[in-house]
Amino acid sequence: MKHLLSTEDLSLSNAIRILDTAEEMSAVGDREVKKLPALRGRTVVNLFFEDSTRTRISFEAAAKRLSADVINFAAKGSSVSKGESLKDTAQTLAAMGADAVVIRHWASGAPHRLAATDWIDAAVINAGDGTHEHPTQALLDAFTMRRHWATLNGTSSAGADLRGMRVAIAGDVLHSRVARSNVWLLRTLGAEVTLVAPPTLLPIGVGQWPCSVSYNMDETLEKGVDAVMMLRVQGERMNASFFPTTREYSRRWGFDDNRLRTLDRLGLKDTIIMHPGPMNRGLEISSAAADSHRSTVLAQVRNGVSIRMAALYLLLSGDTREPAATPAAYSTNAAYSTKESH
Amino acid sequence: MAHDHQDAATSGAYLIRGAAILGGAAEDLLIRDGIIAERGQDLAGTDAAEGATVIEAAGLVALPGMVDIHTHLREPGREDAETVETGTRAAALGGYTAVHAMANSNPVADTAGVVEQVHSLGRAAGWVDVRPVGAVTVGLAGEQLAELGAMADSRAEVRVFSDDGICVHDPVIMRRALEYVKAFDGVVAQHAQEPRLTAGAQMNEGDVSAVLGLTGWPAVAEESIIARDVLLAQHVGSRLHVCHVSTAGSVEIIRWAKARGINVTAEVTPHHLLLTDELVRSYDPVYKVNPPLRTDSDVQALRAALADGTIDVVGTDHAPHPSEHKECEWAQAAMGMTGLETALSVVQDTMIETGLMGWEDFARVTSTDPAAIGRVADQGRPLEAGEPANVTLVDPAARWTVDPSKMATMGRNSPFAGRELPGKVVATFFKGHPTVLNGELNTPYRHPAYRETTGPATAPAGGY
Repeated sequence: MKHLLSTEDLSLSNAIRILDTAEEMSAVGDREVKKLPALRGRTVVNLFFEDSTRTRISFEAAAKRLSADVINFAAKGSSVSKGESLKDTAQTLAAMGADAVVIRHWASGAPHRLAATDWIDAAVINAGDGTHEHPTQALLDAFTMRRHWATLNGTSSAGADLRGMRVAIAGDVLHSRVARSNVWLLRTLGAEVTLVAPPTLLPIGVGQWPCSVSYNMDETLEKGVDAVMMLRVQGERMNASFFPTTREYSRRWGFDDNRLRTLDRLGLKDTIIMHPGPMNRGLEISSAAADSHRSTVLAQVRNGVSIRMAALYLLLSGDTREPAATPAAYSTNAAYSTKESH
Repeated sequence: MAHDHQDAATSGAYLIRGAAILGGAAEDLLIRDGIIAERGQDLAGTDAAEGATVIEAAGLVALPGMVDIHTHLREPGREDAETVETGTRAAALGGYTAVHAMANSNPVADTAGVVEQVHSLGRAAGWVDVRPVGAVTVGLAGEQLAELGAMADSRAEVRVFSDDGICVHDPVIMRRALEYVKAFDGVVAQHAQEPRLTAGAQMNEGDVSAVLGLTGWPAVAEESIIARDVLLAQHVGSRLHVCHVSTAGSVEIIRWAKARGINVTAEVTPHHLLLTDELVRSYDPVYKVNPPLRTDSDVQALRAALADGTIDVVGTDHAPHPSEHKECEWAQAAMGMTGLETALSVVQDTMIETGLMGWEDFARVTSTDPAAIGRVADQGRPLEAGEPANVTLVDPAARWTVDPSKMATMGRNSPFAGRELPGKVVATFFKGHPTVLNGELNTPYRHPAYRETTGPATAPAGGY
């Protein structure tokens, strides 16, 4: 791997490799000295064009546990907010010798631009781009699910996939990079995914995705589900007529106390409730659900550091890092035109 | 024709020998004094051809000079993107002898003064006829009709009116514009895009946008406006032209409208005849355009519609941008692609080499019909004796690889970069003068000074 841009094009073997490496990294977090020398002398830049304290500090902790030097570059208050282009920012970071760029951007595809152009030669990790993808979130979700699944089956996580696991992802799929990354990765790992959302919050074209779609949360639960992932609903969606009111949304698609009891009634004692955070308690998830023994919210946060350590390690350490592709191979139309026939 | 204004070295008579006229039988064309003096077999050695420069054209196709109904020349206002000079050089190299310059300049071409400025810049450049398009509404704001009559009466003699780039979305304003242009045989060229359905739109809404997480531009936003506009055109008995049709559904609506006898014409761009939204997967903004690249089934429907006449013409929507407007995130990038220097090759590739069309059809969709829509009297004429000598010679057997850095346009945003395309313009004659020879720019045509008698003798005070 040279970059980690999306889960859509992440192979099964690379996905398993990241998950297995993360298992090893998580052991570091259990030590008294939570540090490895693996990336000593390497520089990781957190380039954030969009506020996300959670994701940034997770990457920062991951890089520091691997002994990398970390530079945080927040677009707000920097030259970026004065009109500096992504190209100039990237070239600046290249000139400073960044080995990896962790980029968070409000524009879908911005990490691909960094990777495809000759602006910078560093490894690029997508930390969330617009409404496109958030691959490390999907990987930490899969990591969390894999541990749960292995415990239930009395097997080891290492090397395992998620075959047979039933996962419901509920909420604003249309605007969710988390949902997209999870759909592709869970497909690769063999899980069965059902998207649950109001029709207004599903993209045109979702029928081509490798998953089922339901408009009904209760029916989805009754069919049996091993993990329910609730997506954050942005308050501003209400003003754009995606749904009539937050109360109606919560009643029909939220994970409320009634649905928590439904899991018990249905005998789904091992079903976990996931959320990428930050949560809107009382909107897409009730407090009782978020704080129940089923909730994996904090485990997800903890696992996020391990996954990001694994990604940085695999992209930057000598034996797994692939040589930089020649920029020309990415930037010519010839390279893209092959995709036309797909 | 005042050819005494031409330099001796760049004017005079030309004998084009053995060109396939509209792809048919090989004949000679003798060009003299701005007109096709003779057409026939073996004109060499005749008295009429005495002293003419001979151009051996065996294997070449002779076509009427191409007329673009949809060009952005960017001047005045964005001379960092294109000027009338550079844009019309590109046009000549692409085989064009006339272009319609869209109104979205800065200032907007919404007064007689601005359209006359663009017209004058075109005459000074001398590479092609520059036919300014007038804005429908003041400042393209969609609220108040611009002085359409003053632009029609100006020296620019505007007949095509468009807010292109922005849809005339208010149905009452659109109705009034369609009604009003009847007074001077004008046409409203609509950029069909329902604005509320396309707020923040980045690409075609469909399978690819779902994966890429880019805001969708649904086909219905184009089709609903076209459906409304053809009904308005029928109701008021006026003439509508639909710019850059991009969807299969739009084709069906236009086919229906024509069957009902509604006076509607439609255009398709070369890029919509070849490219699909699959290219957006690269996130390379060179593929960002409005309306967006659609699906392969749309491409096939557009080709069929151009072949059967449902779509009347090819318009390039040539839209040069400075590189910094494309070297950025997709969402930040400007919409648009260059097209003047690749249009002929793309149409040959998609329509002729696929067997959908012949060169006669090519002449119809790139010259005759666009000239008719724009009411350009001396363009799009048959290649016959006595007709104006606007002629393009094409080598259909040539193959070339598109290299934007070698183009005459200032824009480097060609979506065809790196592709091998068929067909090359060998020569372009504009008013009998070779603007392009041997595939390279020659010299511009030099217009005579304005003849006062043809200007509006009773120009309205303040109109200029």
